[in-house]
Amino acid sequence: MNLIQKRRGYSLAMALSSLITAGLLLISHAAQADNMMMARTTQTFPEAMSELQALIQAKGYVVSRVQRVDIGLTQSGYKTDKYRVVFYGKPDEIRHLSQTHPELTAYLPMKISIFAEDQDTILVTANPQHLNMAGDAELAKIINRWEKDLVDIFRQMRGNK
Amino acid sequence: MSLRVRVIILLWLTLPLAVFAQGGEQLYSQYCAACHGSEGNGGVGVPLALPAFQKTVDDEFLIKTIRYGRPGRVMPSFSYLKPDQIKAIVTFIRGFVPVKAPVYDSKPVMGNAPHGKKLYGEHCAACHGHQGDGGHGTGVTFSRPRDLPIIAPSISNPGFLASASDQLIKAALMEGREGTPMMSYLKQGLSEQDVNDVVAYVRSFEKQAKKPEYDLHKEPLTLVYDSPHDLAKTVANVQRAAVGKNFRVIRVQTLEDGLFKKGDDNQKQVIVYFCNFQLLNQALTVDPRVGLFLPCRVTIIENQGKVKLYAINPKRLSGLFNNNELDKLCGGMFDTYTEILEESTL
Repeated sequence: MNLIQKRRGYSLAMALSSLITAGLLLISHAAQADNMMMARTTQTFPEAMSELQALIQAKGYVVSRVQRVDIGLTQSGYKTDKYRVVFYGKPDEIRHLSQTHPELTAYLPMKISIFAEDQDTILVTANPQHLNMAGDAELAKIINRWEKDLVDIFRQMRGNK
Repeated sequence: MSLRVRVIILLWLTLPLAVFAQGGEQLYSQYCAACHGSEGNGGVGVPLALPAFQKTVDDEFLIKTIRYGRPGRVMPSFSYLKPDQIKAIVTFIRGFVPVKAPVYDSKPVMGNAPHGKKLYGEHCAACHGHQGDGGHGTGVTFSRPRDLPIIAPSISNPGFLASASDQLIKAALMEGREGTPMMSYLKQGLSEQDVNDVVAYVRSFEKQAKKPEYDLHKEPLTLVYDSPHDLAKTVANVQRAAVGKNFRVIRVQTLEDGLFKKGDDNQKQVIVYFCNFQLLNQALTVDPRVGLFLPCRVTIIENQGKVKLYAINPKRLSGLFNNNELDKLCGGMFDTYTEILEESTL
């Protein structure tokens, strides 16, 4: 490989690297700015519930439980559409955080609310950044990954594969 | 410089534009559709595809609404979006219905605010509230019973007042909004000068800005209490205290239940879940997103012989929702949680 080819390769690598960095900055900025993450899917509730659980698991999380909020409300005489809360987490990560950050256990396992609205289904969760603590790099790394996974899950739920 | 390198540099320079120039549809899907519906029919948010709405709001109102949001009224501020992204969203929203967008001048409407206040009390306060706070609840979500087909907006909201010109408010009063309870006040017998007076009064809300009840950002993330009792007694105390506050204990489990095999989960980390369905129904009416609070719970952890209780801080969590009504409910929930934690650790 001659010098010109090497320079071209370097320029190409630099340009690509800058492209990726700029793209990531823009994407992360948009994601960070939202306190709440929300998505609407045109899937019916059962379809959306099934896909949500599959996407959670595909990211390496375990769905630990599904709370059927609508059942409790209906049994108590209140009218409601389908409304569930999906609890999920990575077992070892939750065990680790319960030791290092026990105050976070009030928010663990993490959860996503999913409810029907006419023929559509809506998903809501809090941006995990609200759990971040200043100066805690280890926690920030975990939370950034949770956020990235959620952004991806919600993007896919919207139908933007 | 070779052609390939020049092409790469050009691509690099134009990338941000390409990213910002995401289609309006994609941006709408990402930021708006969850609340306003894929086709603008509304839900948690107001129906944007309503022809009468589109006929009476100019692009400037939509742009500023997206930028400023509605503090305390669910609609967040999207101030981090670039102007061309917001414009793309507005263009997409305009495509919902074939209605020509109005253009209003920025000329203030001159009117008699005290007379407007009297008229406001007679004609507007029933839906918009005496202080212009708007109706209760959110948008048009029908998962629970509603008094009106759409929640009346808060017209004293600083986001609304910053977005709506005097001329826009006047047009809404003169023409009404077909398909909503908002009627034309000219048809109801008010004169144009009366309408001007109401506009002057609505504008005067700018001088009456209210402070939030508490600073959500200064609230601790978690409520933490030390228990003088052992784990089993503390768990029993939490259950008893919750029942004493009219909650039903719905589940007691380990923190790791469902994450590890039965028996491998840490038995010294216990969650007590409890619920008051009347309160829950009330909260869901105020904001259908409150599933993030559900069910109510206290986590009890024994570590090296010491037992601690952990609960979410409802005030802190409420800060994520941008909903003043929910803040009030969460203030009450904070008191309830505190009482349960105190009683459990007596």
